[in-house]
This record gives sequence, structure tokens and C-alpha cells, in this order.
Amino acid sequence: MNQADKELVKALHRGDRYACNDLVERYSGRIYNVALKLTGHPVEAEEVLQETFINACRGAGDFEGRSSLGTWLYRIATNNGLMRLRRREAPTVPLDTPPNAELAPEFWPKQLHDWHWEPEAVALTDELRRAMEEAVETLPDALRAAFVLRDLEGLSTKEAAEVLDISPSNLKVRLHRARLMLREQLATYFDEQPNGGGKGQ
Amino acid sequence: MSGHPHGQSEHTPECRALLAQLGDYIDGELKQTLCAEIEQHLAHCDDCRVLVDTTRKTVLLYRQHGQQSRVELPAEITSRLWRRLDKEGCVNSSDE
Repeated sequence: MNQADKELVKALHRGDRYACNDLVERYSGRIYNVALKLTGHPVEAEEVLQETFINACRGAGDFEGRSSLGTWLYRIATNNGLMRLRRREAPTVPLDTPPNAELAPEFWPKQLHDWHWEPEAVALTDELRRAMEEAVETLPDALRAAFVLRDLEGLSTKEAAEVLDISPSNLKVRLHRARLMLREQLATYFDEQPNGGGKGQ
Repeated sequence: MSGHPHGQSEHTPECRALLAQLGDYIDGELKQTLCAEIEQHLAHCDDCRVLVDTTRKTVLLYRQHGQQSRVELPAEITSRLWRRLDKEGCVNSSDE
């Protein structure tokens, strides 16, 4: 934890209300972004944002400093976001099989056609972005959270595992399954494009 | 895995091993010896080569998307956040 965060934690522990102001100013942008990616909906993201800082400011005394402030806030935001996702219809896909277990058949790749382009050469058009976001929204909640934290927010495996309170091995399993499901959906999308998705080449 | 489309029930042990290690391989977290084994397999298994390539591209596309889709917190959302936190007694409103 950096020195500024250490000072902020001390102030939060003292119950200093100005400390919550600092916390909000420093982290609200990041928390809103992760909430938006997790819920896929601006109104829900705003609600997650508000609930996260209410929970954080009220529960700051319980923060033990074993993780960074950012990781702690991500955890509160992710839990709030996941609670909202669980109120929606949940897909039924087995999630927490042991890391070394054989991959369930539904995750086995089916579409195996070459994509004849490099990601750097592909224009992220509005249509492609929409298709990518819709694909993320179809992921089971636990896989979605792992994917959003690791691949969209750029957290390390260790940080994302801490946020979700799971082992790094389990994080990798969830991430792997999420990526396979997304790959399958993108393969369908690109197959349906006139030039196989080679836009921008 | 020549001759066995991945969507079907037959997979060689090498294909299964690759699928299990695909995440670590793509993230560059696999030991060098295991990477060499995978690359040896990829040299003669078209399906696995396509799987590795398209999964890698999927991850790269989403990482690009993640970076480019970052938004500034809209001013009206910031205002509502401060109002709510003030109402809940969480912040000192004189500091807004």
C-alpha cells in the first residue's frame, strides 16, 4: 500500500468524514468503470457506485489493510454488482469444478475457423463493440466478474482473485472458461460478417 | 488434433493438455518446457493452432475494448453521488 493510502486508512479508522471525501475523490472513477463493465447498464452502475461508497465509508473501520484500498473497494463494488446480476435470470453452467478437473463439454471449442486478421488491424466499430459487450452479458456471473476484472480492468491474477475472494487457480479456471465462451461467440459474429471480420485491413 | 474436430467427443491427450493449459500459455505464465511441448503440438494440429490463435485474438480485442471504453465519471453522476453520501452522513458536505 502506498503512503497516501496508508494515511487515508488511518483517517478512515479514526472515523474522519473528510477521509471518505478523499476516498470518493480518489477512487470513484475507477469504481464507476468496473461497475459499468460488470452490470453493462449505466443506471445500475450508478447504484453500485453509490452503494459501494456508502458501504466503504460505513465499514472503513473493519478494513484490516491486508489488501490495497483499491482491491478492497473493487471487492465491495464487485459484490454489489454481482448481487444485482443474481437478481436477473442466471444461466445454468457449472462453475466451481476443481481447477484440475476436465473441462465440461459445453466449454469445448466448436467453431474452429481461422480469423485472417490481427487485432491491431481491426477497427473496433460500434457494431463490434456491441457484439462484444452482448457476449460478456451472456456469461454466468462468476465468469463475468473474473473476466471483467482481469481482462477488461487489467487487474493481475492475484488482485482479481483477492477481489473475488477465491484462489488464483480458481480465478484462472473462471477466466479460461469465460474466454472460451467469448471466443465462441466472437467466432459466430465474425463468420456472419461478409469478409470474415477483417475490417480495417 | 488432426482428424478430430474439437466439437466432437474424440480428443487426443495432447489436445486435452493444450486446452487445460491454454490460459497460462496465452498469458505467458507457462514454463518453457511446457511451452515447447505445446508449440510442437501446434506445428501439426490445425484445430489447436486455430484455437490458440483465435483465443489470443479474443483476449487482445477485449483488452483494447477495455482500455478504449473507459469513461470519465459524468458530472451529474458525481453530483448525485455526493448528495447521496451527504444524506447518508458518510461525507463532510462542505468539502464537495
